[in-house]
Amino acid sequence: MGNDVLFETLLRLADNHLILGHRLSEWCGHAPMLEEDLAMPNIALDLIGQSRALYAYAAEIENQGRSEDDLAFLRLEKDYHNILMVERPNGDFGHTMLRQFLFSSFMVLFWERAQNSTDKVLSGIAGKAFKESQYHVRHTAEWIIRLGDGTEESHKRMTAATAALAPYIGELFEADAVDQSAISAGIIPRASDLRGAWETQVRSVYAEATLEPILDHQAQTGGRIGQHTEDMGFLLAQLQYVQRTYPNMTW
Amino acid sequence: MVTSEQQSAWDAAAAVLDPEVPAVTVADLGILRSVEMTGGRSVLAKVTPTYSGCPAVSAIEIAIDVALREAGFDPTIERVMSPPWTTDWVTTEGREKLRAYGIAPPVQASNSLRALFGDTVVACPRCASTDTTRVSEFGSTACKALYKCDACHEPFDYFKCI
Repeated sequence: MGNDVLFETLLRLADNHLILGHRLSEWCGHAPMLEEDLAMPNIALDLIGQSRALYAYAAEIENQGRSEDDLAFLRLEKDYHNILMVERPNGDFGHTMLRQFLFSSFMVLFWERAQNSTDKVLSGIAGKAFKESQYHVRHTAEWIIRLGDGTEESHKRMTAATAALAPYIGELFEADAVDQSAISAGIIPRASDLRGAWETQVRSVYAEATLEPILDHQAQTGGRIGQHTEDMGFLLAQLQYVQRTYPNMTW
Repeated sequence: MVTSEQQSAWDAAAAVLDPEVPAVTVADLGILRSVEMTGGRSVLAKVTPTYSGCPAVSAIEIAIDVALREAGFDPTIERVMSPPWTTDWVTTEGREKLRAYGIAPPVQASNSLRALFGDTVVACPRCASTDTTRVSEFGSTACKALYKCDACHEPFDYFKCI
């Protein structure tokens, strides 16, 4: 296995966390209550912190003189390899919470096993991220239950969110040739092996939330190879604006 | 063997205060993992972040770098992720300083799921009552949760277990 597989694996993970962290940060100042205005940026900070560790290591592995900031801010849309779920617009609060719940429930399982990665740096990052992801699952699961089993209006909105996000679930468990190489080398766990445990967790929360589990929808994919939804370009325009306008600017 | 030179390097680095909780030092929190002499006046200080996204990490690294330089050393700061930081590393003295500062210290034993999920009894740092309620799992910084005391009615921060 060459360094390019490790680099690409780190980049995909980092992109997932940066883009979702950015989406969550859009809620800052707009959350329905003060506690949530603290919670969402806190979760975003965890995600962006995890992405920084991954980008910094990816830059080191690539060894082409690019920094973690170059990787985060100076690539074109097709060069971002995050899954589509994380780039979808926030929608309402329930939609944001459900997306986070689906993603974090997967990441808890992923990081738990990645602690045994043959790559020592990744296993270190996993150890920390595993603990943090558990908080994210707990917090978001509470909201799914409260809103799903809430008022007629909140239940209606949560039902809409489950349908809207369902097409993006399958991509979580995909593995292309790059992933296969990384799995064979023991760098990352096989995502499809995590599906059973993930579904058990999600189904139990959906049941408590009185929501119909829509989990087997035809999957929309392409993020891994840079084919994004129409919303990605707008997201990057905001994310990259300062670095593009004032190249090499630092705080 | 710990030489006197190594001890003075440790002492210089260990005295750095946490920028967000200036009542405790980086040694009290267990953020400063080790300080080694690497030849001449060169030292290697290893630092671990509390949370991946802790915005204070860079400030802490710079502060340790400055403290070691002022003590006459030539420092290199290395950020280590593994093993991951845990609240179990907060020293007994650190816990007492947190309480005196008005922040409830982490309840011991982070490896229990109950502690991780905050189902533990947190005592009010002001009146010591255990009649407290969690207001929010997330507080002013990544490492804290918001609580209120139902006895003395003071809101307070809890340094959460991880």
